[in-house]
Amino acid sequence: MPTLVSHPEEVKIVSSRFGKGATDIERYLELDGYQAARTAVEKGADWIITEMKASGLRGRGGAGFPTGMKWSFVPKQSEKPKYVLVNGDESEPGTCKDHLIFLHDPHTVIEGTIIAGLAIGAKMGFIYLRGEYRYLLTIMEKAIADAYAKGFLGKGIFGSQVNFDIVSHTGAGAYEVGEESALMESLEGKRGIPRIKPPFPAVVGLYGGPTVINNAETIATVPHVLRMGGEAYAKIGSERNGGTRLFCLSGHIERPGVYELPMGYNLKKMIYEIGGGIRGGRQLKAVVPGGSSTPVLLPNEIDIGMDFDQVGKAGSMLGSGGVVVLDETVCMVEFALRTIKFYQHESCGWCIPCREGTDWLKKTLTRFHAGAGVAKDIDNIRYLAENMLGRTFCPLGDAAAMPTIAFVKKFRQEFEDHLNGKPCAYAKQTIQEPVLV
Amino acid sequence: MTTEAPMEAQTIFSPELAARFDKLVTLYPVRRSALIPMLLYAQDEQGYVTDAAIREIAQRIGITPLDVRNVLSYYSLLRTKPVGKYHVQVCTNISCMLRGGQKLFEHCKQRLGVGHKETTPDGIFSLEEVECIGACSWAPAVQVNYDFHDNLTADAMDAVLDQYRKQAEK
Amino acid sequence: MADVTLTVDGKKITAPAGTLLIDACRKAGIEIPAFCYYPGLSLQAACRMCVVRIEKIPKLQTACTTPVAEGMIVATDTDEIKQSRKAMLQLVLANHPLDCPVCDAGGECELQDMTFKYGAADSNFVDVKNHREEQQWSPVVYFDRPRCILCYRCVRVCGEGMDVWALGVQNRGVSSVIAPNGGDHLDCEECGMCIDICPVGALTSGTYRYKTRPWEMTHVGTICTHCGDGCKTTLGMRSSGDGMEIIRGDNRDKSGINGDFLCVKGRYAFDFANHKDRLTQPLLRNAEGKLTPTSWEDALAFAAQRLRKIRDTRGGEQIGIIGSNRTTNEESYLLQKFARSVLGTNNIDHHRTADYVSFAKALAGQEQRAASLRETETAPAILLIGNDPTEQHPMLAWNLRANVRHNRARIYIVNHQEIKLRRQATSFLKISADTYSTCTRFLAGEENSAFGAEATALREALSKEPNLLIVFGAELHGSAIESLVRYGLSLPDTKFACLGDYVNSRGAADMGMYPDMLPGYVPVQQPGAFATEYGERFPAAPGLDLPSMLDAAARGNLAALYVVGSNPVHRYGVAAASLKNTFLIVQDMFLTETALLADVVLPIANLYEKAGTVTNTYGDLQFVKKAADRSGVRTDLELIVRLADKMGADVHSLVPFGQGTRADMGQSRGAQSGEADRHAVWLAAQNLEPKLSPFDPSALLDEIQRLVPGYHFSRLELFSGNDQHVQATAHNTGLVQIVNPAERRDGVLPSEDTLFTSGTLGHYSGKLTEIHDSRNKEILVAAD
Ligand SMILES: Cc1cc2nc3c(=O)[nH]c(=O)nc-3n(C[C@H](O)[C@H](O)[C@H](O)COP(=O)(O)O)c2cc1C
Ligand code: SF4
Ligand code: SF4
Ligand code: SF4
Ligand code: FES
Ligand code: FES
Repeated sequence: MPTLVSHPEEVKIVSSRFGKGATDIERYLELDGYQAARTAVEKGADWIITEMKASGLRGRGGAGFPTGMKWSFVPKQSEKPKYVLVNGDESEPGTCKDHLIFLHDPHTVIEGTIIAGLAIGAKMGFIYLRGEYRYLLTIMEKAIADAYAKGFLGKGIFGSQVNFDIVSHTGAGAYEVGEESALMESLEGKRGIPRIKPPFPAVVGLYGGPTVINNAETIATVPHVLRMGGEAYAKIGSERNGGTRLFCLSGHIERPGVYELPMGYNLKKMIYEIGGGIRGGRQLKAVVPGGSSTPVLLPNEIDIGMDFDQVGKAGSMLGSGGVVVLDETVCMVEFALRTIKFYQHESCGWCIPCREGTDWLKKTLTRFHAGAGVAKDIDNIRYLAENMLGRTFCPLGDAAAMPTIAFVKKFRQEFEDHLNGKPCAYAKQTIQEPVLV
Repeated sequence: MTTEAPMEAQTIFSPELAARFDKLVTLYPVRRSALIPMLLYAQDEQGYVTDAAIREIAQRIGITPLDVRNVLSYYSLLRTKPVGKYHVQVCTNISCMLRGGQKLFEHCKQRLGVGHKETTPDGIFSLEEVECIGACSWAPAVQVNYDFHDNLTADAMDAVLDQYRKQAEK
Repeated sequence: MADVTLTVDGKKITAPAGTLLIDACRKAGIEIPAFCYYPGLSLQAACRMCVVRIEKIPKLQTACTTPVAEGMIVATDTDEIKQSRKAMLQLVLANHPLDCPVCDAGGECELQDMTFKYGAADSNFVDVKNHREEQQWSPVVYFDRPRCILCYRCVRVCGEGMDVWALGVQNRGVSSVIAPNGGDHLDCEECGMCIDICPVGALTSGTYRYKTRPWEMTHVGTICTHCGDGCKTTLGMRSSGDGMEIIRGDNRDKSGINGDFLCVKGRYAFDFANHKDRLTQPLLRNAEGKLTPTSWEDALAFAAQRLRKIRDTRGGEQIGIIGSNRTTNEESYLLQKFARSVLGTNNIDHHRTADYVSFAKALAGQEQRAASLRETETAPAILLIGNDPTEQHPMLAWNLRANVRHNRARIYIVNHQEIKLRRQATSFLKISADTYSTCTRFLAGEENSAFGAEATALREALSKEPNLLIVFGAELHGSAIESLVRYGLSLPDTKFACLGDYVNSRGAADMGMYPDMLPGYVPVQQPGAFATEYGERFPAAPGLDLPSMLDAAARGNLAALYVVGSNPVHRYGVAAASLKNTFLIVQDMFLTETALLADVVLPIANLYEKAGTVTNTYGDLQFVKKAADRSGVRTDLELIVRLADKMGADVHSLVPFGQGTRADMGQSRGAQSGEADRHAVWLAAQNLEPKLSPFDPSALLDEIQRLVPGYHFSRLELFSGNDQHVQATAHNTGLVQIVNPAERRDGVLPSEDTLFTSGTLGHYSGKLTEIHDSRNKEILVAAD
């Protein structure tokens, strides 16, 4: 069982029921569960969307798209059925928040899905969990069955005329499937290759019908927004960044864990106060602010508010909320290599720049890190990354390119040092060549 | 579906799983949506996705075995070769790496005497270096089959392995 | 659709709304590189070569997925774009083996061309390339993974184009690989489309690989000799010890009626030409009754002398002639003219694979009702009765599938078997094999008894189809065709196509290879102009049809039989003894079952080794160019002329050649065999036709054009390699009264070839046999 952490500075909304036994539907009801959905059934779609827009809630999956606006893009009339798809593929390194939601509060996800369905006029929702989360799928399946038994799902939910079904679904190991169009492909039983956009899912999505896709945390937040009122929720966060989010602190930090903090919370404070500072009192070297695909920040760049806009201004991204803290002992070449090795492994292989680019970055960095680098490698690494950036079929290529560029740019000296035979600062471990499947 | 009755008669899966499959294909607007869960569940029951499973699943869904293989080979959890009874998956991705995931993986190699994607001769353990498993704040983390073990040290890892070995010997 | 105007590289261009930017640019002469985009197949956006900058959009966009929009401002050639393309090429080359010097595709590789053009000569990659071994997937398909650039064209052409879906993509990331459906082998239609469409040398052909370099071949565009669709094919030729050898067939340039399509036979089954049993010397039966090699002079003189004697002593009606489904129109025309004007007999026939006579009769007087093969790709609705195009008319099947894919055409199928095309059909009506004519009459409203609810629904649906195209197989003949055509004519703007089996089956019929029909389906009894044209020997009464000739021979009532490019003994199961009293001359490439019984065997050139024209089953007239060459053989045309000459006939009235100019028959002798033909090809290519030689087919084409009703076409178009639709049907129907139509037997014997057989010819194609056998083996294995 993952350890739950707590800090007085936290504002617990999404995590308010963590550790309170809310997987049990009765307990969930005691904790104000399904109230928001009940109200939503009464008040209808327009009200939901108005509240969602007022809340300033932005997608927690990484891109930070305003949720209320996303829902409003779904056409009212549609020949094909509409769907809600909850993205619980959570695979961005550094991110483990949806894990806790499914573990501690599965009913909020169900409730949020129902509300999203009501908002767009869908009759069916899917909750997609990554394959590794099998034990969470079991929890989710039970929660869904319980909700059906209570009449919260199925025909005439909450005694209304509205029907709504939810199916939970498992993946089988693929980061790329977290990308929304690849997610739909995967749910349709296909290889996780993204789709050509446009059309966007809100217009042509699952099974050809209009589809809203949201991250599990986004969906889990929805019932709270409706309960609190959109404006009240918005007030908690910073400008244009409503509410709170779950930040996953990991790495060389004294008290790693998942903390719920208001949007715009200062990163430095987050590391030093919430997380208790750097492990063993060592020096901070760098922070990856939003999962492995976000460009690394230097210690002098972290005095910023953690919201989509401020981190963006600092040259990185808020991403998925995975704050990875690196201390002075880390070899940035090795860290870059481990990062790229992931994207090489997870590239779907559809397009040339991502498939070949990640592979050559990995090959070059592996050799380079092992001490067999040549001078032009450093520029070549950057050249490769820069030529992937913005040119790939889906954002996975960018996700690999952006951090790589930042590593070379911000830690060039360390790369040079490797060339000059200076020993790796970090205890040198050669990363073994993964076997091609 | 009229095909269901004869299918049950000649299924290679347990009656429970076959029944689950019968239901699964009806849950979605299209049968094919059940493909990936079916492959995973088939693997859970049989250790890996066998050729026979591919054929039966293809038939149940109404697609070609080639289609099934195309999909199956895409997903890293699915495999077409057997592994150990306990498949030890050590995360070495960034958060875990920073907290000794790589060392933990080396430790497991030594302890089990096998490398990446290899199985111990007794067939009890197999080892794999994996990407992030969504337990970063509790790093380093390991999954044995579907069970998570986090905040591991070398000693804690040994204890975990010992426990599984005991279970296997029971 | 309405046109939109956009600006590309400062140039204003217009294109219909909905056009993809890449197509609009290319049409306007602005080049956009592409690997994964392939017109007619689904979009991939995978290679990223086609990127362009569109004003107001932050990222580069793929021109292959962006539809044009009004006022769009596009740049295709900025430094940023050049760099992006260059980087893509560097990346794709990084793992590419660069074994160009030995690669089949070298010299015609899109990756080479692009690298040359968009420059990626420099590489900073020093690490080792990923490698995998080459694999053989079938007798004709090989796969070399490292060369593959994953453009997915092969996967799409096999799936979307062929509806075979034998190729997939497996694994992911850099391990992604194209995989065959059999695990380690292909179980498919072996069409080779995947090989052809591969932009690099990753998929290679079992017949061609490592044989030559593209620039060492000469390329000749001619017509495939197999089925009745008559695909254009570009043959790659290389000189060999005894002539010019075909080493490759494809239609990459998309010229002609079939675009880039070829089926397994068109692509691979040309190797019969090199079969070890190929005859290259005339044979004469000697005193011991053995066939022994002889000279052309002796063989022809002997045959001519015997024929002349029989004609002069026992009469022309004692001679029979069986023609071919694979000779050119000129040869077929000449053969029947030779029969009628030199031998003085109407005993001429061929293996009939479709009832073109009834079809022509039914359409008599109608203009523009016979559909071209091209229309099968555009007609909004098609009724297909009988036949299995996937097996028997692969190009038609390809067109029908494309039509459904691109135009959502409605296909209505009536068949006694669950043919594969039903997967594209709007409706499929299964009937029993013996009810085709009842069903047809039912559709036509000429049958009173009910034919089931499905048939009624079909009739209902069809009644709402303007522009219906009715395509029917040999299951329909005689009066069934007549009622079908009557029915079709009762609907608005209906067109028809009658499916026959071989490359020039239709031509043979059009050229009058019938005992009762002259060219253009002019009845023998009412010969019109032919009466004077064919001279005094032309008999007034119809002759014997093929089965009757064989019967007559068996009864000792046929003194001579002249078989040209046909194997009736095998096809009609003739007992050897029944021909023992008949003087038998056989022209063939091989010692077929028929040739074995002959007194004189004359080795001939095949369709790839001569020039002329053929008419496909839809009436598309196409030009056949001489491609291959083989010493020791002669064209049928030459042999007929020489036989006539040796019989003392006036060659000038048989072949209207060399009018006013000097002719030299010696041109096509000996080592210079085919010289006249080659000369003709050159002349044709220059659109010149001096017709110097009596073996010049264009002299006969003149006569065909002059005398065969309906053969109207432009020579310029024809000789430019373009198909010309003709409709040989007697127009003066008022005068034509076919006597006792009910008594006439249509004599149709469908060949029932599959994708992997091609009559007698097919037996001699090593590749086709190998493919055929490898498939049978698999079926046996699977059955275990
Ligand atoms: C390569 C890639 C991986 C992604 N993985 C995830 C994921 O695991 N979970 C997730 O919620 N969103 C993921 N996303 C983002 C989704 O595409 C999508 O934006 C998100 O699910 C939308 O939900 P939201 O608006 O609630 O954030 C990923 C995107 C990319 C490009
Ligand atoms: S595919 Fe093209 S570039 Fe590659 S080896 Fe062959 S010819 Fe050369
Ligand atoms: S040869 Fe034809 S049928 Fe076979 S895999 Fe290639 S495209 Fe498909
Ligand atoms: S084999 Fe050829 S056609 Fe097929 S994906 Fe590879 S490069 Fe493209
Ligand atoms: S990095 Fe190991 S679990 Fe996320
Ligand atoms: S041609 Fe546009 S991406 Fe390949």
